[in-house]
Amino acid sequence: MNNNLTADSIEAVTSGLASAGYIASRQIATAVYLAERIEKPILVEGPAGVGKTELAKALAAWRGLKMIRMQCYEGLDEAKALYEWKYAKQLLYTQILKDKLGEVLGGAETLAGALDRLHDFGDVFFSKEFVEPRPLLQALEQPAGCVLLVDEIDKSDAEFESLLLEILSDYQVSIPELGTVVALVKPTVILTSNGERDLSDALKRRCLHLHIGFPEQKLEERIVESRVPGISQSLRTQIIGFINQVRTLDLKKLPSVSETIDWARVLVLLQSTELDHETVKDTLNVLLKYEADIETTMPQVTTFVAKAGRQGVFG
Amino acid sequence: MREELHRFFRAARGAGVRVSPAESIDAMKAVADVGFTDRNILRDTLLLTLAKSQDEKQALGECFDLFFSRPEVREKEAAPEDAAESGKAESPAGESEPGDASAQAPELGELAQMLLSRDRNAIAAAMANAANVASLSDIRYFTQRGIFSTRILESLGIERLRVDLDALTATSPAEAERLAAALGALRENVRDAVNQALLLYGLARLERRQVEQMKVLIRAIARRLRERYSKPRKRQRRGHLDIRRTLRRNAAWGGVPFLTSWKRRHRDRPKIVAICDVSGSVAQVSDFFLLLIHSLHEVVDDVRSFAFSGHLIEVSDILDTKSPEAAMSEIMSKVGFGSSDYGGSLVDFEKGWIRTVTPKTTVIVLGDARTNNLDPHADILRRISERSKRLVWLNPEGCIAWGWGDSEMPRYAAFCSVVRQCATAKQLERAVSDIVAAYQ
Repeated sequence: MNNNLTADSIEAVTSGLASAGYIASRQIATAVYLAERIEKPILVEGPAGVGKTELAKALAAWRGLKMIRMQCYEGLDEAKALYEWKYAKQLLYTQILKDKLGEVLGGAETLAGALDRLHDFGDVFFSKEFVEPRPLLQALEQPAGCVLLVDEIDKSDAEFESLLLEILSDYQVSIPELGTVVALVKPTVILTSNGERDLSDALKRRCLHLHIGFPEQKLEERIVESRVPGISQSLRTQIIGFINQVRTLDLKKLPSVSETIDWARVLVLLQSTELDHETVKDTLNVLLKYEADIETTMPQVTTFVAKAGRQGVFG
Repeated sequence: MREELHRFFRAARGAGVRVSPAESIDAMKAVADVGFTDRNILRDTLLLTLAKSQDEKQALGECFDLFFSRPEVREKEAAPEDAAESGKAESPAGESEPGDASAQAPELGELAQMLLSRDRNAIAAAMANAANVASLSDIRYFTQRGIFSTRILESLGIERLRVDLDALTATSPAEAERLAAALGALRENVRDAVNQALLLYGLARLERRQVEQMKVLIRAIARRLRERYSKPRKRQRRGHLDIRRTLRRNAAWGGVPFLTSWKRRHRDRPKIVAICDVSGSVAQVSDFFLLLIHSLHEVVDDVRSFAFSGHLIEVSDILDTKSPEAAMSEIMSKVGFGSSDYGGSLVDFEKGWIRTVTPKTTVIVLGDARTNNLDPHADILRRISERSKRLVWLNPEGCIAWGWGDSEMPRYAAFCSVVRQCATAKQLERAVSDIVAAYQ
């Protein structure tokens, strides 16, 4: 019983993501399903432009949750990621409350007495009022839960990774002055990485590891279909056929899904119904981002187009 | 079923995937959730929870396919443990079906009945059970195959079967023949099962495992070095005031120095030329060293590597583009395992690549300096030393052996900035660390 249910709910994830415009493969759907069931973050790796960030957006859109995004970069620290004290507000308040302080302390005769009264007063200035929540803290404080996207974690420093560990495993953060803040509703966490550097084992251990590569031909066609409305079936097949051949070349940066979509849009804008080598040569710069890559591909265009054309007819 | 998963984890570890207890708990939880019916989903689930990199995913995928394709009819049974129970319970009940055999010989043992009834499911279940009893997953070496086969057959009840066979030969030879044939098939099956277990759990992959270990070690060392040396250098606001730049910067305020500039020492990123002996005696260390140097991209800007034994070739491209195993085997097939000719190789280097050595370059030579009594051409080493920032010689032999026999180490040592012994991973790490530190 349980198993049929599982297959159904993975199916439901797929269709849910599809309703938000994201065509997911079985692996992706399984990962999202599991992440919700065993409450673990997903670490998504893969080349640029295969829809890692998009997955988080689609998930948030489907679930109707807020998406909180934290873009990582070198030098990102606690103050920008977790929380910061509102120093200006603290200062301002001390100035305004100066007179009140006088009143409170007025009765005391000795210094020790004044200090005692001040202690009774408590740590007003280091309370929730004065905390400026940054993305990570915000994510824990969402009453309805949210999707937390930690984008390009590999760009951040190794120290920052360690900072994330507490959040990822226990969904809580410790603020020395306030104590531990526990998530109201556990957020769905998605981390993305381009594999620029190896992440630490401690971080990997806390996550489900999902690798998104270039999609299969069928899947990519469906993605293009959903993202570029008004594109004809034959053109779609040809585009994908062509791109899959380009991916077999030795290029600096292989065209990924986002480039496919851009290119399809361009071709629709140019109102081409067939892939012909003139148009391809003119628009190759949409697909390839390096001069050297374009030079490598240029001589092959005619054969690729011919092959893709055949695929369009027979495939 | 838990048993089955545990055995899979063990197999996964054998395949080089590091499965920690925490991960296995997660995997258990996840599997409890998705169940066993859909094999693809199960596969995805295990890959998601256990594997932590693309390599591991691939290894684990292979392991999964191997593990869940038992030689017997097992794969359609979701829970072999349960099946084993029910198989036992069923086999007496199964008597009614091959009524012929059981009626004739009611005194036959369980195994004999099973074999005669050709109840493949029951046999498979019994075999799985027996494999459990014999703790087949503890198999490590291929020499243990015999022992484990015997143990499995014993716990299946082969003793009883032999008695039955003798009895049958006396009463009905035809039946006995059938039983003997079935026994042969059973032996075959057991052997298959043991072989597969060896593939899954055993050390048959010693080679591959060592490479895995080496990879892990290199990754750890590379990370340590990277963390130490690739940090943005924070020592900018220190030292001497750069008066010229400070005045120019503050010209807008009439020369009142609001903003200060400090003299900065320009630091080069390390450039390394590594020349490695890959002849038999030094090959192990060179492998390790070359792989280590090439995994340091973030710290070291520019590495050119050369390998030699009889003659010298450049191997940078091979190391950069191929996987460690493939790269090493290609290098070995090109130059490896000859007798080393230091002089000839230095001549090769001077002819082809002396231009790669600049005053910013550290040249590292790794070798035992055993020239086989050929001309050592130490003068070339002197010229390399003059062109370079530093010349470091790493020798896997201890310093006591230097200069003995055909070792030319003392002659070469004259032109080296540093000569040190390095035979272990630890020493290599120290050596590389020192080299990189020289640029800080």
